[in-house]
Amino acid sequence: MIQLPCPWCGPRNVTEFRHHGEVVSRPDASSSTPREWRRYLYFRRNAAGWVEENWYHTAGCRRFFRLRRHTVSNENHLVEGAR
Amino acid sequence: MSRGGVGHSAASSRRRRNGRASRYSAWRLLRHGVSGSRWPRAWREHPIEDSYDAVIIGGGVHGLATAYYLAANHGIRDIAVLDKGYLGGGGSGRNTAILRSNYLTPEGVRFYDRSLHLYQHLAADLNFNVMFSRRGHLTLAHNDSSLRTMRWRAEVNKMQGVDSEVIEPAEIKKLVPYLDTSTEARYPVLGALYHPPGGIIRHDAVVWGYARAADSLGVHLHQNTEVLGIDTQHGRVTGVNTSRGRISTPVVVNCTAGWSSLISDMAGVDLPVTTSPLQAAVTEPVRPFLGTVVVSGTLHVYVSQTDRGELVFGASVDPFTSYSMRGSLEFAEGLAGHVLELMPAVSKMRLLRQWAGLCDMTPDYSPIMGPTPVEGFYVDVGWGTYGFKAGPVSGEAMADCVANQRPPQIISSFGLDRFDAGRLVGEKGAAAVGH
Repeated sequence: MIQLPCPWCGPRNVTEFRHHGEVVSRPDASSSTPREWRRYLYFRRNAAGWVEENWYHTAGCRRFFRLRRHTVSNENHLVEGAR
Repeated sequence: MSRGGVGHSAASSRRRRNGRASRYSAWRLLRHGVSGSRWPRAWREHPIEDSYDAVIIGGGVHGLATAYYLAANHGIRDIAVLDKGYLGGGGSGRNTAILRSNYLTPEGVRFYDRSLHLYQHLAADLNFNVMFSRRGHLTLAHNDSSLRTMRWRAEVNKMQGVDSEVIEPAEIKKLVPYLDTSTEARYPVLGALYHPPGGIIRHDAVVWGYARAADSLGVHLHQNTEVLGIDTQHGRVTGVNTSRGRISTPVVVNCTAGWSSLISDMAGVDLPVTTSPLQAAVTEPVRPFLGTVVVSGTLHVYVSQTDRGELVFGASVDPFTSYSMRGSLEFAEGLAGHVLELMPAVSKMRLLRQWAGLCDMTPDYSPIMGPTPVEGFYVDVGWGTYGFKAGPVSGEAMADCVANQRPPQIISSFGLDRFDAGRLVGEKGAAAVGH
């Protein structure tokens, strides 16, 4: 089973977490065009390789954290300094 | 008599030189059986040319069907189908081979029903036994809102001329005697959407049938040929770079499903697609006891029994993105638990193997088909967990789109531009079991 390094709980099985997806920067909702907003909602890089993404520890401490993961091998480690 | 390797008799070489494949028939079967002569290869290997009128990237059912219909319906034969591995090694070889058209939206129902209609006479059209077995398809409802959705789907289906109806537990029990339809179940079955035209097919045979038919019409099939880059100039496609050299072409069609973002990146086209593995598993063969395909959205599982007697299971996509095609223990555990809720009698059956394929998931669980902002670059992607059943209609529609340079009516709602415009076609309830 794939294990993720929760910054607070330590290495835990991937089934304890919820994948929130690629880190994307959210445009300002009040000033963005519909097209810009939809690009943010729907379009993703979907890379085969190292990606930076957000995970949520649903079955544990319920905190969000940022992870670097290789989407082919599923090797992963925490992003330095991110909380 | 030795049958090592694959060879050609002089007679079969003569037949193949003019491009027409020798016809399969009961008479030929008898002749080959009695004489011990070798069958000709189903498709030929050609040296790769440095230019083609169209290049299709992806040698699965979608890519091969597109090539076949371009040649058969539009007379465009100078086509190459490229695959980085073997034909049908992606989703086409990894799915659970279920065919149905009981979708939710009118455009979805029309689309998938056209595909089912093509599948029904595919064996005759391609002269290849694809083993379509019309079993009937049951989507179980375990709560009131689910039953209401089944009724909604049944009515939309009927309006499009598709045979679907909601049936009660007593009728379900008659169709599937081993199903637990009692009220003591944790999630009792309240009813089901029954779709008699649905069934199963031999997925590999569909790939091979299209490949053989396309080859006989002059299409070049290039396996083990990886696309490394796509050349564009002034906003239009000029060629592809492959592991076997450069091909100049004005038309490129992306039929790579789980890998579609990687290919579209090469052409500078963004897609609203994320790739997740979809796992499946198969048990040891037992005598036939399950004559219908059974699906449960609430229990996130679907099951059918093959002609060999094995139970084939599928469930929802893995809950995170990945390009890995391996099975996992948590999938097998979850699947087993849910299947035993439905059919407690199978508890002693042994799981033989599990695997995964890659699914290009879209935000609305509908495909992305047609042109892109790069001229000459077409996509037939976003097939998620529902691509195999759509193979024939997608090939037919994409061939029409490429030949006539505009998307045909049947796929007009599935364009890439719908995301910028906010016109999504929501089919999650009918497309998947992961709710």
